[in-house]
Amino acid sequence: MTSSALPDRAEAQAAAATADEPLLKVSGVTRYYGDRIGCTDISFDLWPGEVLAIVGESGSGKTTLLNCLSTRLAPTAGAIEYRMRDGAMRNLYQLTEAERRLLMRTDWGFVHQNPAEGLRMTVSAGANVGERLMAVGNRHYGNIRDTATSWLERVEIAADRIDDQPRAFSGGMRQRLQIARNLVTHPRLVFMDEPTGGLDVSVQARLLDMLRRLVADLGLSVIIVTHDLAVARLLSHRIVVMRHGRIIETGLTDQVLDDPREPYSQLLVSSILQA
Amino acid sequence: MSADRQMNTGPDEGHYNFAYLDEQTKRMIRRAILKGIAVPGYQVPFASREMPMPYGWGTGGVQVTAAILGADDRLKVIDQGSDDTTNAVSIRNFFEKTAGVATTTRTEDATVIQTRHRIPEAPLSEEQVLVYQVPIPEPLRFLEPRETETRKMHALAEYGLMHVKLYEDIARNGHIATTYAYPVEVNDRYVMDPSPTPKFDNPKMHEMAALQLFGAGREKRIYALPPYTKVKSLDFDDHPFEVQHFDRPCGLCGAELVYLDEVILDDKGGRMFVCSDSDFCEDRRARGHVGDMAADPAAASLTGSASTSARTPE
Repeated sequence: MTSSALPDRAEAQAAAATADEPLLKVSGVTRYYGDRIGCTDISFDLWPGEVLAIVGESGSGKTTLLNCLSTRLAPTAGAIEYRMRDGAMRNLYQLTEAERRLLMRTDWGFVHQNPAEGLRMTVSAGANVGERLMAVGNRHYGNIRDTATSWLERVEIAADRIDDQPRAFSGGMRQRLQIARNLVTHPRLVFMDEPTGGLDVSVQARLLDMLRRLVADLGLSVIIVTHDLAVARLLSHRIVVMRHGRIIETGLTDQVLDDPREPYSQLLVSSILQA
Repeated sequence: MSADRQMNTGPDEGHYNFAYLDEQTKRMIRRAILKGIAVPGYQVPFASREMPMPYGWGTGGVQVTAAILGADDRLKVIDQGSDDTTNAVSIRNFFEKTAGVATTTRTEDATVIQTRHRIPEAPLSEEQVLVYQVPIPEPLRFLEPRETETRKMHALAEYGLMHVKLYEDIARNGHIATTYAYPVEVNDRYVMDPSPTPKFDNPKMHEMAALQLFGAGREKRIYALPPYTKVKSLDFDDHPFEVQHFDRPCGLCGAELVYLDEVILDDKGGRMFVCSDSDFCEDRRARGHVGDMAADPAAASLTGSASTSARTPE
């Protein structure tokens, strides 16, 4: 592997701008746990640069779906196709394991709810950000460190914290570090599982602000799982509402949130406390 | 060779089987060794046996040695380069008793050399086999605790994590501070832990004429480097691999460009640096080389007996 596995920004953006095909095509994805349904008959397309929120209550199959999409959990039935950087649509579960893992650490990102799952807690912040660069064959310490420094600044972590371990970071900082670590290879698609869970409200607001800026700057496609409709309203373009493992409603964010069609969606929206 | 020996000893219960292990066990270990040689640097699992010594004392190396030893072999055992430290003496006695093979301390006379933490200074030949005792064979272990995951990483040659470790070294110390068990890439494929030898010895592994076998008894792994295999120490473009340098020659024999042990002479700060390879040092002194501290009375206690030295931790 060489650093040519990383195309430059301009190329990626050009590819995104000229895109008239979806980035991710999900058709009939079903996952059973024994006789129980995890999620069933899920179909949607994700377009380049689009932020899609998957909302629903606990147990509605959001995380199962996210794990199926991100190749962490094989679906029982259905197909998930992804447009690779060369423009070809490939079925994710027909890729070799090596290709899938390469995809996961270059073209994709995964932001866990608990940053400790997505970070290496025993190595410094700089090494955490640099790991993906080294994984794709970057072998110049100075360059890796410079890139890490600039990414820490982009996620509002002071550059002099680069040699500190994430253990010494607050929850919000850890989450921002996890985001930097994922974005360093300029992924085109990022999965997020409740990225603001467990943070206090002011830290959440700051993180959401930063995420919104990064997503716009980088032209990222994002699939974000959340039970917090405020997060969905702030970040996403489109919303998928799930219940009992099925998609019950889908549409533009403000359309679904302001004028929900399904009784369950209406219930969900009306359950938000009005400030 | 071992078959002859067995016939001589017969079913007499007072004797060990040749080289301690039963023939089926040796067969199993030889299979693992052959597989290891076929895939240089790949860790082959094997059914490691209980040996009459604790784990960490070389149970892996002893099993490999037992499996390859023949009646006409001459065995040398070194521990930290020295022939006369406890581990070396015990293992040498063990094989004298259980295999009856000839033993030696001279590197060039030995056909099999079992070693803990050093490669002899004298170049080895195609007729020799070097057997390493390995405590932890997995170079990725301290960064990735899951065995399933490290196996997958080896299978897919995903070695970015190894550089994370080196990155941390530079970030904390300004240079790559790993001095022993320095990871190497073998034959452009597998990343391997060269056992806790000082990184000073890493260049000697590259294209070595002798067969190198690695045995980890507790972790139940065997791996190998066939003769003349490419061995590259991992590094960064702007922080290239370097071996340790010593700013003085050996105090006893005056050798330069060899690995030295620091020996504390008294409690007033007196110290000297001597060859860690005791056979190499003796050989040079026998040929008339004299170091600047050879006349020192404190040195007299060193020339005859073991050196107590500053050691690389295990």
